[in-house]
Amino acid sequence: MRILPAGPHALLVELEDLAQVQALHAALVERRDAGDLPAVIDIVPAARTVLLDGVEDTGAMVGAVAACPRTPATAPLATSALVEIPVIYDGEDLSWVAEQWGTSTAGAVALHSGAVFRAAFCGFAPGFAYLVGLPERCHLPRRPRPRPEVPAGAVAVAGEFTGVYPRPSPGGWHLLGRTTTAMWDPARPEPALVAPGVEVRFVAVEP
Amino acid sequence: MGPERTLVVVRPGALTLVEDEGRQGHAHLAVPRSGALDRGALAEANRLVGNEAGRPGLETTLTGVALRATAAVVVAVTGAPAPVTVDGRTVAMAEQVAVGAGSVLAVGAARTGLRSYVAVDGGIALEPVLGSCSTDVLSGLGPPPLRAGDVLPLGAPHGVLATQATGRIPDRGRPSGPLLLSVRPGPRDDWFTAAALTTLVSRPYLVGRHSNRIALRLEGPTLRRAVNTELPSEGLVLGSVQVPADGQPLVFLADHPTTGGYPVIAVVDHMDVDGCAQVRPGDEVRFRWAAPTTETAAGPARPTRYGAAP
Repeated sequence: MRILPAGPHALLVELEDLAQVQALHAALVERRDAGDLPAVIDIVPAARTVLLDGVEDTGAMVGAVAACPRTPATAPLATSALVEIPVIYDGEDLSWVAEQWGTSTAGAVALHSGAVFRAAFCGFAPGFAYLVGLPERCHLPRRPRPRPEVPAGAVAVAGEFTGVYPRPSPGGWHLLGRTTTAMWDPARPEPALVAPGVEVRFVAVEP
Repeated sequence: MGPERTLVVVRPGALTLVEDEGRQGHAHLAVPRSGALDRGALAEANRLVGNEAGRPGLETTLTGVALRATAAVVVAVTGAPAPVTVDGRTVAMAEQVAVGAGSVLAVGAARTGLRSYVAVDGGIALEPVLGSCSTDVLSGLGPPPLRAGDVLPLGAPHGVLATQATGRIPDRGRPSGPLLLSVRPGPRDDWFTAAALTTLVSRPYLVGRHSNRIALRLEGPTLRRAVNTELPSEGLVLGSVQVPADGQPLVFLADHPTTGGYPVIAVVDHMDVDGCAQVRPGDEVRFRWAAPTTETAAGPARPTRYGAAP
């Protein structure tokens, strides 16, 4: 683990893998919620790092981070909600993905909807959560040419992640299906349906 | 009951946005902080009309804005110096200005600098999104840019205006000469050559045409990498100097993305970020190390790094 300064009021903690990130993130959030962490405004997990921004006392924060567990087994998941997202599995790339996964489209649907995913981090657009939980043999590279527009609600996979596009945008992920569930709604008290740490299951439904 | 307190947009200007102090604290949901690009200018305008520093006001870009008040209001205009009139009569910037019911406040084109700010007593009273009325051009949160005919409701005035004890404040236009930005190396300064670090603080850069509220895009000497692998996306802070594949640095501003996959060579001190709101394409920018980093023949001293435990 390295702790790198990002200006005088932020620290970027670099870890070896996503599992360590999730463990450290869970530990930091737990401590902050219990009032046991030095003052900080943002705790932002990403693929290999956790950024702490708006840190009043970087020296104290370094100590607090160093004292946190980084091994998944010792870091229990913070109260984790399970969100179920209904999906109509009729995506343009479903057959191709199924082929890459060595199964039929029904098999691909069963695989995707049978897994329990966890939100590792958000990025790219408000409420876009990168979900981990795909078996390694199902990790596929992104499309070489992104689509200029992917509709809101598109359920997709790329690399080790699956996710739901919260709003229309260009996209390079493989489309498996779609949901009408609003991933992002600023009118809600919790505008993001899926925040880091939340567990997600996709449920196949008929159109 | 008197007439409703509103401002009606007579001329929207090139890009006029509602801005306050932004919506910090939601970066983990990929929500940019947003808020006024020149925070100091908005805070001063708000102070002049008796508002708290973070009341929503208007951020204009280059060509100002014209507004008709539907009730008597008090306004203040700060930021880039521009001609300001009420019903065609010249008034001063950086002062309390009374605008009567039916009168038109017009902020003209910036003479220097880029963004002028308009605060009104009571502030602009729109429905906040995640605690802020700021327009975020990256994520689309907040109200759209002003259009002619828009009606902006105003909050209740406090009734006690700040006395102008400090008198005129300096215009925040562009001083002659380059914009100087104090930076601290990191977090990914070790992804760059020592020569690149020297170049960063010794050569001038010019503001590019595609600069906006998200970032200043700079043009100048290429900053060469020492590490050429891909960087997994990681969190970004305000003022990050990020270097994409073409080696041309950009400085992330209020609407910056929360994560990015290119290395950040240095971070601009917060107090210098406001100045980034006032430079135009073609203006010169120069970086310099914030004390106490010193340059040696081998390059600047690296920042303290903590830990290396596996």
